[in-house]
Amino acid sequence: MKLPGWKELVKTAPILPAGTSKEYKTGDWRTFRPEIDYNKCTTCMFCWLFCPDSAVKFDGTKVYIDYEYCKGCGLCAAECPVKAITMKEEEK
Amino acid sequence: MKTVKRIAIEGNEAAALAFKQVNPDVVAAYPITPSTEVVQKFSEYVANGEVDTEFVPVESEHSAMSACIGAAAAGARVMTSTASQGLALMWEMLYIASALRLPIVMTVSNRALSAPINIHGDHSDAMGARDSGWIQIFSENVQEIYDNIFQAVKIAENPEVRLPVMVGYDGFITSHSEEIIEILDDEVVQSFIGKYKPAYSLLDVDNPISVGPLALTDSYFEFKVAQAYALENSLPIIKKVGKEYGDLTGRYYDVIEKYKMDGAEYVVVAMSSTVGTAREVVDALREKGLPVGLLKIRVFRPFPTEDIINALKDVKVVGILDRSMVPGSFGGPLYHEITSALYHFEKRPIAQPYVYGLGGRDITTQHIEKVFEELMEIAKKGKPNPLTYIGVRE
Repeated sequence: MKLPGWKELVKTAPILPAGTSKEYKTGDWRTFRPEIDYNKCTTCMFCWLFCPDSAVKFDGTKVYIDYEYCKGCGLCAAECPVKAITMKEEEK
Repeated sequence: MKTVKRIAIEGNEAAALAFKQVNPDVVAAYPITPSTEVVQKFSEYVANGEVDTEFVPVESEHSAMSACIGAAAAGARVMTSTASQGLALMWEMLYIASALRLPIVMTVSNRALSAPINIHGDHSDAMGARDSGWIQIFSENVQEIYDNIFQAVKIAENPEVRLPVMVGYDGFITSHSEEIIEILDDEVVQSFIGKYKPAYSLLDVDNPISVGPLALTDSYFEFKVAQAYALENSLPIIKKVGKEYGDLTGRYYDVIEKYKMDGAEYVVVAMSSTVGTAREVVDALREKGLPVGLLKIRVFRPFPTEDIINALKDVKVVGILDRSMVPGSFGGPLYHEITSALYHFEKRPIAQPYVYGLGGRDITTQHIEKVFEELMEIAKKGKPNPLTYIGVRE
């Protein structure tokens, strides 16, 4: 997303169209990313239940992480009863 | 021939009358001395069915400004009134009102800040809000309170401006003075301010908007620069509205007023009611043949830098009268701004800082005569005195 310069904001600012928060991807706050080992995962849904940002999704058969919004808090990894989630440092 | 209507009225009541003639959609207010009568009188108009306004009697000034912000974001024409501690309590909401570009009009009956407790007039409250992003207009007398309110509505709602406006006047000195003023017919007021067409409205469900979005390190700065630009850019619009008001009423308003400045070598700069006192002194000294003048600052925000530089550049000595303090510094807010503005000019007057009238302490014609005497001595000496307090016991 190209961010506007101040001159573009004089007329409208700070009023924005509704729903712009959807475009605000908070996943780039993350320093550690959760990764799921599907060999260990039992689909118990604890991670889905505990995620404070609803960034753990369920596609009907398995859980997965929505990295556009996952802030990397690590709660899912801490709560996983079978240690199927590990937190790996983000690389540039 | 059009007949001019004149009435005798107190400053606060003139403000309330102007509110009534504007007939705003919403007034949310909490009374505080010395602005109480604005809210009191206006609530009478509401109770008597003389206005269509939704009047919100809130439990504090913080709530008053919050309610004004909500109503203005919903697209309403909104007005309120406060003073002193009330303005101080509104502080965080003032910044939100201006940053959301909401055209709220507020009268401030300027009063000292505690402690010690004091209900009388000085500019400490307004100067505490000088960086809040509001347009600040100061009124010399009751007529100006009345006139400035209509202009404030038109300035605030200009689509290029969309900013809140504070109309100040000296607590008690002007707020409780009964003066004879010329008033306008309701229809004339309505045709001057026009029907308000908000650029955006939270109630316009066909065009949904976000108000008060989050903007962190990547965008906040751009929003603030855009806001500062809008405030600076309001200066020519304030002048245009002042001229339009003059064409309508014969009373023309500019951002500054030069009084007997032709050939003036010694000049006093002041705001609000003190300008009226200083006029008398300038008249008397001019009659004696002394080259004295007076510069009135009517608009403090946006600061009319160029107008002030042009007015002062050929003056020998200027005495800058501040009715508020910047403790720990070398002068008041007006002194700081004016001397900073003049800094880059090789030809500039010697500037003498004065602080006067805190907590409603009188400033008399004798005080101002003495200021002019001092300015003449300073011209001979070639350099200013340290910050001088007028009328304080040592």
